[in-house]
Amino acid sequence: MSTKTLVEIKDLHVVYNTDEKTVYAVNGLNLTINRGETLGLVGETGAGKTTTALSIMKLLPDRVGEIRQGKILLDNIDITRATPADMRLIRGESVSMIFQDPMTSLNPILTVSDQISEVLDLHRLDMSSEEKIKKVDEILKLVGLSADRKNEYPHQFSGGMKQRVVIAMALACEPKLILADEPTTALDVTIQAQILSMMKELKQRLNTAMIFITHDLGVVAQICDRVAIMYAGEIIEIGTTADIFDNPNHHPYTSGLFGSIPDMTKVAKRLNPIEGLMPDPTDLPNGCKFHPRCPKCMEICEAVNPGDNIDGTHTIKCHLFSQ
Amino acid sequence: MTEQKEKQRIVVKKKSQIASIWHRFKKNRLALFGVAVFVSMLLVAVFADFIVDYEKDALMQNMAQRFQRPSGEHWFGTDNFGRDLFARIIFGARISLFVGVITISLSLFVGSVIGASAGYYGGRVDNIMMRIMDVFLAIPQMIMAISIVAALGTGMMNILIALSIAQIPRFARIVRSSILTVKCQDFIEAARACGTSDTRIIAKHILPNAIGPIVVQATLSVASTILIIAALSFVGLGIQPPTPEWGSMMADAKSQMRYHEYLIIIPGIFIALTVMSLNVIGDGLRDALDPRLKN
Amino acid sequence: MSTPLIETKGLKKYFKTPKGDLHAVDDVNLKIEKGNTLGVVGESGCGKSTLGRIILRLLEPTAGEVLYNGKNILNYDRKQMLDIRKELQIIFQDPYASLNPRMTISEIIAEPIKVCKTITNKKELNDKVFELMETVGLAERLVNTYPHELDGGRRQRIGIARALALDPEFIVCDEPVSALDVSIQAQILNLLMDLQDQRGLTYMFITHDLSVVKHISKDVAVMYLGQCVERTDSETLFRNPLHPYTQALLNAIPIPSLRSRPRSELVIKGEITSPINPRPGCRFAARCPRATKICTEHNVELKEIESGHFVACTLY
Repeated sequence: MSTKTLVEIKDLHVVYNTDEKTVYAVNGLNLTINRGETLGLVGETGAGKTTTALSIMKLLPDRVGEIRQGKILLDNIDITRATPADMRLIRGESVSMIFQDPMTSLNPILTVSDQISEVLDLHRLDMSSEEKIKKVDEILKLVGLSADRKNEYPHQFSGGMKQRVVIAMALACEPKLILADEPTTALDVTIQAQILSMMKELKQRLNTAMIFITHDLGVVAQICDRVAIMYAGEIIEIGTTADIFDNPNHHPYTSGLFGSIPDMTKVAKRLNPIEGLMPDPTDLPNGCKFHPRCPKCMEICEAVNPGDNIDGTHTIKCHLFSQ
Repeated sequence: MTEQKEKQRIVVKKKSQIASIWHRFKKNRLALFGVAVFVSMLLVAVFADFIVDYEKDALMQNMAQRFQRPSGEHWFGTDNFGRDLFARIIFGARISLFVGVITISLSLFVGSVIGASAGYYGGRVDNIMMRIMDVFLAIPQMIMAISIVAALGTGMMNILIALSIAQIPRFARIVRSSILTVKCQDFIEAARACGTSDTRIIAKHILPNAIGPIVVQATLSVASTILIIAALSFVGLGIQPPTPEWGSMMADAKSQMRYHEYLIIIPGIFIALTVMSLNVIGDGLRDALDPRLKN
Repeated sequence: MSTPLIETKGLKKYFKTPKGDLHAVDDVNLKIEKGNTLGVVGESGCGKSTLGRIILRLLEPTAGEVLYNGKNILNYDRKQMLDIRKELQIIFQDPYASLNPRMTISEIIAEPIKVCKTITNKKELNDKVFELMETVGLAERLVNTYPHELDGGRRQRIGIARALALDPEFIVCDEPVSALDVSIQAQILNLLMDLQDQRGLTYMFITHDLSVVKHISKDVAVMYLGQCVERTDSETLFRNPLHPYTQALLNAIPIPSLRSRPRSELVIKGEITSPINPRPGCRFAARCPRATKICTEHNVELKEIESGHFVACTLY
C-alpha cells in the first residue's frame, strides 16, 4: 500500500440476514481513497452507499449485518479483522462519521460542549481539562459557531447549526477520514451552500480525506475530487470529477442520472427518467445488474457481469466499453 | 372475469394483516405458552359444568371429608368444609375470568370514547376530560374499588362497576395518546381533504391504526383486574362465600396455613399462572404489533 | 381577462405561541389561471405548505379571502364546502405518512369516492379504481397490496391516484417529489405534466427545489418568512431575478457541472430570523447583502416593476 493511499477496499461483500431473506447490499466493491482526497459516492436509495460507510466504521447492525467477504484496509490496518476494542479506538480518532439527519444525531440532553468534548475524553487522554475546553472553543469557531453558545442544548439550534455541531464533533480529533452520509440533504438550499462552503475550507485546511455520500450530482460537482457511482451494491463508474462531468463516455446509468435532473439552463418539455426501479436486493438479476433497465442492453449483458474498463483515471463497468 | 378474480383477491387481503401479526407472535415461545395456559383456563372455566358438578362438589359441605390432602379421589384435596378443592378452583376460574373480561370490556368501551373525543377534538374538551381522568388515576385502584364496594355493597354487579370505573382512566389515556400520534399524519389530512366526517375519520382511519397499544393494555388490565378481585375477596369485600373465588379461598385458608398449606398454595398458584400468562400474551402482542414493517 | 381559477387576497395565518404571534403566512396575494401551474418556492419556514392548506381550507386563515372561480370559499358552510372539495385536492410530500397503513391500495384510492358518494355501484367503483391505477402507472396486480410493501415512487403514485379520484380541477402539490430518488422524481414529474395536459388540471406546485419548479411551472412565486417577495413567470424569474433573496436562492443551487461554481459574495450569511412578532420592514434585511437603512423602516409592498413581474424590495 503506497503512502498516498489511505483506504483500500478489496472485493467487499456485505449482506443483511433477515428472517426470511438475505439482502445483498454490497456486491464486490473495490475502492481506494488517497490522503486528503474527497470522494463522492453517488447513488440512489438502496445502492449500498450507507452500507459501505457503515462497513468501514464497522457499525453494521449487530446480528443482521455481516461482512461476508473482502478486506478493508485503513492506513494499513485491516478493519475486517479488528476487534470491537480496536474499533472503539479507531472510531472518532482515525475515522468519524457525519449522519444525514441533524435533528436526531445529537443527544438532546447533553449540551453542545459536552458532546464535542466527549470525543476528546475518549481519545485524547493526553489532554488536560483546560486544553480540552480550549479545543472545543477552537473547533466551534472553525465550524462557524460562536463559543458563547457552547453550553446550550441541541434544541436551541436550527437545523443548519446542528449540522455544524455534528461536523465539529467529527473533526474534534482531527481524523484522517470523514464519512459524510448525505450531510446536507436535510438542509435548506441556502444553508446547504453555507455548509458546503465551510466544508470545502476545512477540507483544505486540515487535509482530511472524505467520503461524501449523496444523490445530488450538483453537490458532487462542488466539493468532490473524485466520484464513484454506485448501483445495486457495485461501483459501476469511477473517475475524477472532470471524467464524470466532462467526458462523453458514461455508464448508461450515469447518463440516465444526468438525464433525470431538471436542468435549469435548458428548457425541456419532458425529463428523461430511467425506466423501472432499482432491483430487489434479495433477488438480484444475473449478468449486469442494470441490464433490465438499460436502453443499450446487449445479449452479453444478461449473462455476464461486466469487468472494469479502465481508461486512465476513468473506469466504467460496462460491456459497451470493453476493448 | 376480472370481477371474480378481484373478489378472490379481496377475500385474501383481509387475512394478510392478521396473518403477519400472528406469524410474528408465533415466534415468541413464551407468548405461545401463555396463550396455551390461558386458553386452557378459559376452556375449563366454560365447560366447568361438564367436568364437575357445582352443587355436589363445590358447594355441598361434607364435614367427614374435611382437610383431606390431595389424593386420587380429590385431586387438590378438600377444604375446611370438606368441599372438593379442584371443583372450587374450576368454578373460581369462571368467576375470575368472567369478571376480568367483562370489566375490561366495559372500561375499554367507555375509556375509548372518552379518550377518542379528548384526543381528536383537543382544546377544552380534552382538558376537562383528562383532568377528570387524572383525579381518578390519582386514587390507587384497590382503594377506589374498596370505596365503591363499601358504598354500594358487595355483590357481583357492584364489583363489576367498581372495577370498571377504576380501569377507565388507563384506557382513556392510552386511546388519547394513540389518537394524538395518528391524528397528525398526512393521511388523516387527506381524508379531510375530501370531506370525510369526523366520525368516519376516527372509526376508519384513526382507531385501526391506534389499536396496538390498546390491545396490549387490555390484556394487562385483565391480569390486574383478576388480582384486584382476588385481593378484594381476600379482605372480604369481594365475592362472598360460599361462591368459590380464588382470593376468598386464600382468605379462608389463611388460618390453616400451617397444617394445610395446600389450601392456600393451590389457589395462589392459579392466580399467579393466570396473571402471568396474560402478561406474557400482552408482551408478545406488543412485540408482534409493533415492528412497523418498514424494511 | 378571465377570472383566475384560484385567487388569494390578503391571506394571513398567524399562530398563537406563548412568545407571541407566529406569522406563518402574511398578506399573500396570488392568482392562478385555469390550466396553469403556479410554483411556490421557498425554504423551510416560509409558509408555503401552510398557504397550500389554507387554500383548501384544511386550515382556517386568520384573515383574507380565498376565491375559487371568483367566489370566496371562506364563507361557505359545510355543505357547500363538501360540494367543492371534489374539485380541490392535494398531493402530499411524504409517501410514507400520506397513506393509511391499514388500508389496501384499492381501498385508499376508492375512499374519496365512497365518502363523496360520487359512485355508489360496486362494480363501477372497482372499474374506476382500476382505471385510476392504470392512469398513474400502477400495475393491476398491486390492487390488494399494502403501502408498506411498496417503494416511495409507487406510493406517491397512489397518492396521485387518490387525488384524481374525484376528478378535481385544482390540485395542490405539496413537495410531491422531494422525498423521492432523482430518477423516480423525473418519472413522477413527467406523470404530473402528462396528467395536466390530458385533463386540463391546474396545479399549485409547492417546492424548495428551484430546478424542479422551472420545469413544471408557468408562473413562480418566491416566499420568505410568510411573505411573497417576488412573483413572475418562470422564464423571467430565472433569466432576471430581481429580489436579492431570489438571486441568493438561485446562486445556492449546486449545478451538476464543473463550470458553474457559486459566486462566494452571493452566499448569504446567517440564519432565518424569527417569524414570531416580526419587526416592521423587509424580513430579509438582516441577511441581505444589499440592505440599507430604509429596508427596516416600514413594510415593503409587492410592486409591479415590469409587466407581470412583481417584487417587494426597496431597491426598485
